Amino acid sequence: MVDLRVDLSGIMLDNPVIPASGTFGYGQEFAALYDINCLGTFSFKGTTQDPRFGNPTPRIAETPAGMLNAVGLQNPGVEKVVAEELPRLRQIFRKPVMANVSGFSVEEYAHTCALLDREEQVGWLEVNISCPNVHNGGMSFGATPEAAARVTRAVKAVTTKPVYMKLSPNVADIAAIAQACEEAGADGVSLINTLLGMRFDLKSRRPLLANGTGGLSGPAVFPVALRMVYQVYEAVHIPVIGMGGVSSAEDVIEMMLAGAAAVEVGAANLVNPYACRDIIQDLPRVMEKYGIRSLREITGGAHHG
Amino acid sequence: MKQDRYTVTRNKALTPEVWELRLTGDTSPITAPGQFVNIQLEGQFLRRPISICDWDGDGLTLVYKVVGRGTERMACLKPGQTLDLLCGLGNGFDVSQCGSRTLVIGGGVGIPPLYGLAKALLAAGKTPVAVLGFNTKSEVFYEEAFRELGIEVIVTTADGSYGEKGFVTDALPADYGYFCACGPLPMLRAVCQRTETSGLLSLEERMGCGFGACMGCTCQTASGPKRLCKEGPVLEKEEILW
Repeated sequence: MVDLRVDLSGIMLDNPVIPASGTFGYGQEFAALYDINCLGTFSFKGTTQDPRFGNPTPRIAETPAGMLNAVGLQNPGVEKVVAEELPRLRQIFRKPVMANVSGFSVEEYAHTCALLDREEQVGWLEVNISCPNVHNGGMSFGATPEAAARVTRAVKAVTTKPVYMKLSPNVADIAAIAQACEEAGADGVSLINTLLGMRFDLKSRRPLLANGTGGLSGPAVFPVALRMVYQVYEAVHIPVIGMGGVSSAEDVIEMMLAGAAAVEVGAANLVNPYACRDIIQDLPRVMEKYGIRSLREITGGAHHG
Repeated sequence: MKQDRYTVTRNKALTPEVWELRLTGDTSPITAPGQFVNIQLEGQFLRRPISICDWDGDGLTLVYKVVGRGTERMACLKPGQTLDLLCGLGNGFDVSQCGSRTLVIGGGVGIPPLYGLAKALLAAGKTPVAVLGFNTKSEVFYEEAFRELGIEVIVTTADGSYGEKGFVTDALPADYGYFCACGPLPMLRAVCQRTETSGLLSLEERMGCGFGACMGCTCQTASGPKRLCKEGPVLEKEEILW
């Protein structure tokens, strides 16, 4: 028998597989297809203080082995999430959930996190300081160590739940940002958010996305994500959640070897709605193939001898 | 919605650009005309959403226009090949909402879902009248299929090379109680301006997942943001904010 369980800041997950924010809504679309209680947990749709429509369409473009999105944090706002989505979520999911939060000012981050801190089902806060699709907003907080630390401190001051800062890959030194978050009190970091990209329409000679730029995700970014998780694991002492193009049980194990304590799966959910369930079902087979008895023992395995 | 494998039994060109693909497999997830499927194609990361033209107990028919890499790949499909589909997606046309004499107004590759709709209207004892618009004679498809249903069919071409010259809005019959339309946005807008009755419109947008998870295809409506893949693609005329 293999052991899939992993520990995330004192909460034991049945397995390390976590659908990533923005690819899983608040769980309802997937709960209609399979019992989502098989997941380790999931990170719900990025939630802001006020309701947001997001960017104009087109918001999606295909790329080689991936996709660009510029959704722009469409969400109903934290009050509606607390009043409507979380009660509905309780009906379909009995585990602690990861609350993904975005904001446009330090105060807004703190306000939204404070409201979600009161929710019993919220196990962790994942604070997105890296969304590439909102102007004058999220991105800037993840771009410098000082701003990342400011948000971290403000959020830590209003919650007792573990705080994971979600980092942008669109920076010169992601390890320095991770260290700043750790020093400011973060319980962990999660990475990577999407890589900033563009595509153009040859006929109109204009960007395919109405927003111009968008975030690249999917298998195309997996090696970049692995490298960054590897570097951040060496730079900090707090747990790292790894993500970026993960689409198989083998990818999960590779990401854990790079240093991930748990692994988020994003774009794969949009192509195969059963992706996370399939990966979880396949993990024991792949573990046995590579002689892994307990998954949590392999975190960072690629760094030793 | 259901994920399943479907087998190609026929794939033929109707015009130089428009193809008809027949698939056998489980059609039980399809609950209304105007719904769509999302097709996984080798070499393409995202699935391709295509509206359902027609379906029965054995399988479904898709009519698609070759416009890019995904549909180019579809045109190469051969009988016997299998495809991974998400089937029965979206909110289709509600036939019970339609009046006894309902116009089904289609432009170009917006026409296919209206074929299944016309059949459903007939099955519900209603009288559909088809108004089908094309650019030019060589692009006309499915006129015969609609005529074989025994319904009134009006064909227009923008250049006058076939049928009535002009746009669908130039050829709308006078007496009708409701309309359903699918086609390019300028056509839908013109149809809404020209019609006085209520109606249903099928809209189009670039999609990520096709089942409501990614918020890639959201449009603003009079009743708030709607995901065209989930609450749409069919919306009521009154909801649409031009």
